[in-house]
This record gives sequence, C-alpha cells and structure tokens, in this order.
Amino acid sequence: MLSSRTFRTRWPAAVAALPVFLSALTGCGSSGSGGGAVALNWYNFPDDSGALQQAADTCSRASGGRYVIHYNKLPRTADGQRQQLVRRLAAHDAGVDIMGLDVTWPAEFAEAGWIREWTGAMKEQATADTLDAAVQTATWKDRLYGAPYNSNTQLLWYRDDLVQNPPKSWAEMLAQADALAKAGKPHYVEIQGAQYEGLTVWFNTLVTSAGGAILTPDAQAPSLGPPAVVAAGIMRDTAHSAAADPSLSNQMEDQNRLAMESGTAAFELNYPFVYPSMKANQPELFKHFKWAPYPGVTADRPATVTIGGIDLAVGAYSRHPDLAFAATLCLRDRDNQLTNALKGGLPPSLRSLYQAAELTNSYPFAADVLAALDTASVRPRTPAYQNVSIAISHTLSPPAAIRPESSVATLRGQIQDALGSKGLIP
Amino acid sequence: MSPPAAETEAAAPSAPGRRGELSEGARQERRLGLLLCAPAVVVMVAVTAYPIAYAIYLSLQRYDLRFPDQAHWVGFGNYGAVLTSPFWWQALWVTVLITVVSVAVELVLGMALALVMHRAIFGRGTVRTAVLIPYGIVTVVAAYSWQYAWTPGTGYLAALLPAGSAPLTDQWQAIGLIILAEVWKTTPFMALLLLAGLALVPGETVRAAMVDGATFWQRLWLVILPLMKPAILVALLFRTLDAFRIFDNIYVLTGGSNDTGSVSILGYDNLFTALNLGIGSAISVLIFLCVAAIAFLFIKIFGAAAPGGEPERR
Repeated sequence: MLSSRTFRTRWPAAVAALPVFLSALTGCGSSGSGGGAVALNWYNFPDDSGALQQAADTCSRASGGRYVIHYNKLPRTADGQRQQLVRRLAAHDAGVDIMGLDVTWPAEFAEAGWIREWTGAMKEQATADTLDAAVQTATWKDRLYGAPYNSNTQLLWYRDDLVQNPPKSWAEMLAQADALAKAGKPHYVEIQGAQYEGLTVWFNTLVTSAGGAILTPDAQAPSLGPPAVVAAGIMRDTAHSAAADPSLSNQMEDQNRLAMESGTAAFELNYPFVYPSMKANQPELFKHFKWAPYPGVTADRPATVTIGGIDLAVGAYSRHPDLAFAATLCLRDRDNQLTNALKGGLPPSLRSLYQAAELTNSYPFAADVLAALDTASVRPRTPAYQNVSIAISHTLSPPAAIRPESSVATLRGQIQDALGSKGLIP
Repeated sequence: MSPPAAETEAAAPSAPGRRGELSEGARQERRLGLLLCAPAVVVMVAVTAYPIAYAIYLSLQRYDLRFPDQAHWVGFGNYGAVLTSPFWWQALWVTVLITVVSVAVELVLGMALALVMHRAIFGRGTVRTAVLIPYGIVTVVAAYSWQYAWTPGTGYLAALLPAGSAPLTDQWQAIGLIILAEVWKTTPFMALLLLAGLALVPGETVRAAMVDGATFWQRLWLVILPLMKPAILVALLFRTLDAFRIFDNIYVLTGGSNDTGSVSILGYDNLFTALNLGIGSAISVLIFLCVAAIAFLFIKIFGAAAPGGEPERR
C-alpha cells in the first residue's frame, strides 16, 4: 500500500528530525541571555518610524552588556494592546518586563497587581522635569506606577483663508461655521464623533472645561451634574449645526484628518500628527493651515484638554525588575524622547524638551502644546475605566441623538453600574 | 410519491433491526465499534467536556480577571443580569436575523449551484473548484477584503456608492453587508452538502417522472427535493449552528458597533474587554444552550438525521 509505505519511510525521518527540533527550541529559549546580558522584553504600541527600535538599541548598547531590550510590537488598536497585555499578565507571564500603557490603564493594572510601584531614586528620576498631568496619569492611590513616555493633546486647527480670528469658545466656532456655510464656503468642524474612546475624550474635555468632572475625586461615584449637561448640550448642538460633518457619528481622528485635507472643513480638533500630514499631502492647503488653543465652553475660560499618551510600567512578574526600571528610565530619557518626537511625531513628556530648538523647528506649535498640557485634564482614574468609557461613548452616540438632561441621567446610572463592575457592557 | 426505493436501499446495509434480536456477529461488531470509538470519546471529553463544565462553574460566580481573590459565588445572578439586559436581547435579535436570512439565501443559492455542478457535462472539475474558492479563503482574510472594499477612501465598492456614504457604519446596511459576506463565504459549503444529496437521487426515478410528463419544477418539487430531504436538513442544521455562532465576519467588518454585534461578539467583549469572567461565561453558556436547542429542534421536529446516524425515518 502506498500510504503505509510512505508512512514507514517518513516516520524514521521524523524521529531523526526530532532532536534537531528540540535543540532549536532550547536554543531559542537561551539565546536571549547570550553573552551574559539579560533579555528584557518591551511591549509597546507598533511604531513604524523606527524611533522605538532605535531607543531599544541605544539603551541596550549603553547598558554596557547588562541587558538587551527586545522591542515587541503590540496590536494597532488600543483595545487589542490592552487585551494582549491583560492575557499575558493574568497568566503571570514572566516575559513581560516593560510595557507601554495607554494613560487610562495604570489604575486598572496597578489595582490588579500587574505592575510595580516606582519608589525612591527611580521615582525621582521618572518624575523630574516631567509634565504634571502626565505624572498624574501614572499615579494611583498616591503611588507612582509608571514613567510617562510620550504625551499628547489636541489643538484647534483651522484655515486662515476662511477664519480670520480663531474662536475662543464652542458657541463662537459654531457661529463662524454657520456664517461660512451661508457664504457657501467650506465650514465643517472636524471632531471625533464615532462611538469609541475619542467620543469619551471629547466629553471629558468639555465636562472639565465647564468646571466639572466625570467622577468624584475619590473615583467611587459619578460626579457629572450641571457641567455634564452643558457638555452634552454642546455635543448635541454641534451635531445639529451647520458645522457637523455628515459622517460625524462615524468619524475618528484619521477620518477628521482626511476630511480637513480634502478641503471640506474649516476647523479641526485633533492631535499634532495632522500637521506633518497636511504638509506632505496638501502643500497648497498647508499654507493656510494654522493652530490655536482648543476652544473653551465659555470665551473667558480656557479649555482643559484631555491628556493622552503612554506610560511605561514594569511588569510585576518580571524576573529582572531592577534592570527593567533602569532600562525604562533610559528609554524615556531626553535623547530618546527627542528622537521619538522628531521621528515618530509624538509630543514628549519632558517639559524642557519643548524649548529645544530641534523640536520647535519641526513643530512650531510646541509652545501651544505645552500650554495645553500644563492645564490638561486627566480622564477618570479608576480600575473600571474601560467600562466607564464604554458607558460614556455608548450613551452619547450618536451625538445628534443626545438629550442633555436625560442622557446625563442615563449615564449616571450606567457609570454607577460600571464602577461596581455590574451588568453587561454592550 | 410513495417512499422511494433508494431510501430503503441506502438504509439496508446499516439497518440494525430491532433491539434484542442482534445476532452474535452483530453484537461483536457493535462491541468492536464501541472500542474503536473509545479513544475518540475520551479525547472529546477531555477537550470539550472540561471547558464546558468550567464555563458553567465560572458563570455561577462574580469573577473579575483582574481581581481573582475577590471571586465569590452568586448562583444564577449572572444569568439574571444577562437576561434582563437590553444588550443581550439586541444581540440575540441581530444574531437570529443574520442566521435566518443568511441560511435561507444560502439554501436557495446553494441548491442552484448544486444543480449546476450536478448537471455540468464538461469542465465539471473546473466548475466545482471555482465554486469552492470562496470557501477555501480564510474567513478573516475575506472579511478584511470586504471591509476595505466597503470603506470610503480605500474601497472600490464604496466608490460605487453616493459620495459620503459609509455603509459599514449604518446598522441596517452593515447587517446587510455582514449577511452578504457570510453568504458569499459559505454558499459553496451548502452547495457541496446539497450536491452529495443530489447524487443520491436515482436517475431512473427522475426519468420515470419525466416519462409521466412531469415538468422541471414538478420534478424538482415532487421528486428531487423530497428525496434530498435528509441531506437538506443536515446542511441546514450545520449552517444554522455555524451562522448562529457568527463572530469573525462581524469582528472584522464592524467590531459590533452601531448595534451590529452578535451574541458571540457580546460574549467576547464582556470576557476580554470588561474582563468579567462570570458574565462572559454566562453569555457563553446561554449561546451553548441556544445552539443545543437549535440542534434539538432540527433533529426532533424536522427529523434531521443526526450526523452519522442511521436514516430511520419513514
């Protein structure tokens, strides 16, 4: 029989191959510590600019053979990144030494005991010259659980061929958009209106700008109140005004960028990545592409824009925590943050870098970003953040369907459930 | 039509006769059969029974993956929370809609394809291969192709629509596209199962009907389809069970946003985003019960032969 013959002839070959396979396995396992250097695994967002890999290589060399940092790319979406980290940490994976956490995760990871606290000299180094709001994102119950890596915040981008005086408040901006629409000119306000984290960011910015907060200071209950009703009202008004892009309820940051580059919009509320992109894609429009502070809820009170970014944390199950702390400090040092800002386009978390000539040459708006970060608001810090955020984006989506009073009342109940990790998430 | 000869013929070799009248040989054969099955049964128990039992155990607790120390028994509390949640009923409704519509469309298209493949005189191999291509493509890959195709800015299909329309972001349009992707993907599977059933229809029966003056539709409705009933029911059973558990197409196409999530998506989100093992397991168990109910319904009420079972119907 043919089949049995091939079976017999193949079987010895397979057995013969087995030791090779096994040795390949063990070889793989030990290669990390080759030459005496400890292998440290750094899990972070996928970076295409090469800045992160460069930082890993630079720090590995600078360690003098103490450690080698392996940069592992996490999935592209924030949800995917969190899921992979959570799965590894829940299984006590000792191979997670350093990880890049979105600024909304440290409370959750710290409460679960998945990341180590920063103390003593390491803590001092991690917070020296660092933006206060960024340090806050990495702080949970008055302890520091991460070293701020990059930071981020939104500015108002507008076209100065359409808008002479950038608006100071949302009402002013919607009025200007209305006037542009009546004049038959591009008039959309590009903002993140899809049902996702971006909508929560918009709401958080508006609530804090109106003087309120989503959660009480102890993070045990929803705060909301009149400022939240004002915020929900602005979102609703925007959706019903001439300023609303037809696809507002599906737009995320990148759709906003594309709409602005296509020339249909006059305003855009977005992160600084839109600037180099406009420069590369639409040189003509770029000549009129200007920036201003994020509009406030009222003209006399500047907005408190939500801070974004990444905090670097050390895994609780890492076998080499001391080296991991040292490596983390190297990865976020001045030089590496500058590279990350210039190559990767991400605003640094070190305050002094905003005055560096290299940075201000490429990013003329650096001073405005720093000003926004100095007054930035932090999203609710709670281990249940994910559930709270889903409750917000689900209740306030689509923005056109918001009924300020009743939506905020619904939201209050849902946030209460989310904080108690009760019920389902949609 | 009286019970056709083909059926008794097909049933004859394996008909066991009535209980207690087994011959010595048949008994031995049966024992050998059980012994041969035993290893498979042991493996199946190890890899399926244990996870199912563990999921049921988890579903009776409040269990947050982040705080395993705080896990405690809540009885059927999680089931109460799921069954009183509008999110569950919304997801169930979407799932049932997708299941019913996609399986119905697949049945009709699959039947047509099966007839074509059955009748193809030349290029039979080519036709069958061509029909099978969508089924051979990994679902996630195909789903990404659809996703890009329907996304404004990246897709050729979205470019055919009026400017500014983003079909994947509207609940009804998105559900329609999910069904389309499902139908495109699994119709070949349906067609193959039906083709197997079609091959069982004896040519002489059809020719006899032809001689009696039956038109094509009469032959199809009164001869071919009744003879194919076991195959059709098995195909429907398989596809319904599959479609009810739909996950990958939705995950890639919409991620479940804008109320397009199926029950499997809801379970996934509660397990892996909310990290709520109790609620997530309760959802999984409820999906399991739904699937069991569908299988029960098909086998008991419609009389589908259990896969691999003897066709004992009359």
